[in-house]
Amino acid sequence: MGNQIFVRMGDGERVRMAISEVKDNIRAGTAEAAKWGEIPELTSDEQEQLFEILAEPGRAVSVNPGEEVIVTDDGASMSFYSGQDGGGVGTPMSRMQAVLTYERACGADTTSLGHSDYSYKPVKPIINFEANDYYNISLHTTAPFLYGAQPNMGRYFQPDGPCPNASELIPKGKVQEALDAQEEAAAMLEDDLVYVGRKLAEVGLEGINFDTCGSAGDADYLAALKAVRRLKDDLPDLPVVMGSSGEFILGMHGGVDYDGARLAGLYPHDQVKLAADAGASIYGMAVNTTTTKPLPWNLAQATTFMKATTKAAAIPVHANVGMGVCGIPMMEQPPIDAVTRVSKSLVQIGKADGL
Amino acid sequence: MHIPHILAACMGGIRTAGDLVAWMQLTRKLKIDEAKTYVAEKLKIERLDLTDEDIMRDIRRDLELGTVTSIAGGPKGIRAKHNAARVLDIDIRSVNLFKSQWHT
Repeated sequence: MGNQIFVRMGDGERVRMAISEVKDNIRAGTAEAAKWGEIPELTSDEQEQLFEILAEPGRAVSVNPGEEVIVTDDGASMSFYSGQDGGGVGTPMSRMQAVLTYERACGADTTSLGHSDYSYKPVKPIINFEANDYYNISLHTTAPFLYGAQPNMGRYFQPDGPCPNASELIPKGKVQEALDAQEEAAAMLEDDLVYVGRKLAEVGLEGINFDTCGSAGDADYLAALKAVRRLKDDLPDLPVVMGSSGEFILGMHGGVDYDGARLAGLYPHDQVKLAADAGASIYGMAVNTTTTKPLPWNLAQATTFMKATTKAAAIPVHANVGMGVCGIPMMEQPPIDAVTRVSKSLVQIGKADGL
Repeated sequence: MHIPHILAACMGGIRTAGDLVAWMQLTRKLKIDEAKTYVAEKLKIERLDLTDEDIMRDIRRDLELGTVTSIAGGPKGIRAKHNAARVLDIDIRSVNLFKSQWHT
């Protein structure tokens, strides 16, 4: 190898890279996060620490003893029985078998249940089926058992949903109609999130995960924040995990705010304050992986955001480290060398409270 | 992909004290260091011991918190969570529902 190490590109391709180039990418990645987030870059010591993690000779790396964190999930047990488009391996198992296998065979800190679509809208008409499964499985699980799905406001737009499609209205110059459609969809989404949360709470729900909030933009994020607040007002003992979908909230609407804070363009270190204010127990930070950039760049960017977010947070911050976020390559089978380096860096340098 | 994360950084769930620390993040919103300290004090062990299978296995068996290898008749599921809520002095919603349906 000489003065080169193996690294992964953001799409998973393995490449050899000169040590000087790795360090240049770390500098560039942290500078990119600092510029856009208006946050401090990683210090030179932290950049060196990140390089050392990337350059560890072993295929898999891990955090130091005593620095382990909590690993929550976004439907990990579904990966046992679902198919390719869900990242699943297609093993014929029941939902309960998958949850208990994840808890007991894999040693996960928490487990979860979710609808195959992993959106809240399709859960509403089958809520009693989900409540029955949740209740039955919760009698058998020992670790915290959450219900999770995405708010996914896109489900509320035509042709799948009832609201005019904002993405089709904007190119036609119908801006006001597009704004109205998003507000209408957000109101429906908020009600559905609260409905599902309340119904599952009746059967002893141990916690709910609003995963990938803001995927359809700022109105989507607002609906989730308002739903968290309503649920916590009704059910103060219900833990809520609120995860984001990217490093900043997309301004698809541009004019919505939460308690006076404009949501469009908010970065994780500000998002976490709103999540905490709404009542969330845990905030999940997401930073999108750039597929054309290498792991040193993507991971430096994610770690910079994580460090700023954990510093600003009054609640635990977990890194969303699924495919294509926080440095994990954007591919179906993220390589173990890259995944474990992301885990270690976000925990030991970014000071994540969990993954 | 979750398994590499578990190997790289996870506390270990019911193999160790991962579930107990997770309860503290969920129910009390404690950050990782505070959550570990809280659980370690309740269990009367050092924080480093929380992820030591050798130590935590005995503690889990003695406090009836559920063990990862299955002991016939040993508490798991809702019975183990009932004990976790008592040991940690927290409310677990599924346990509260269970207790509300249990009449003596």
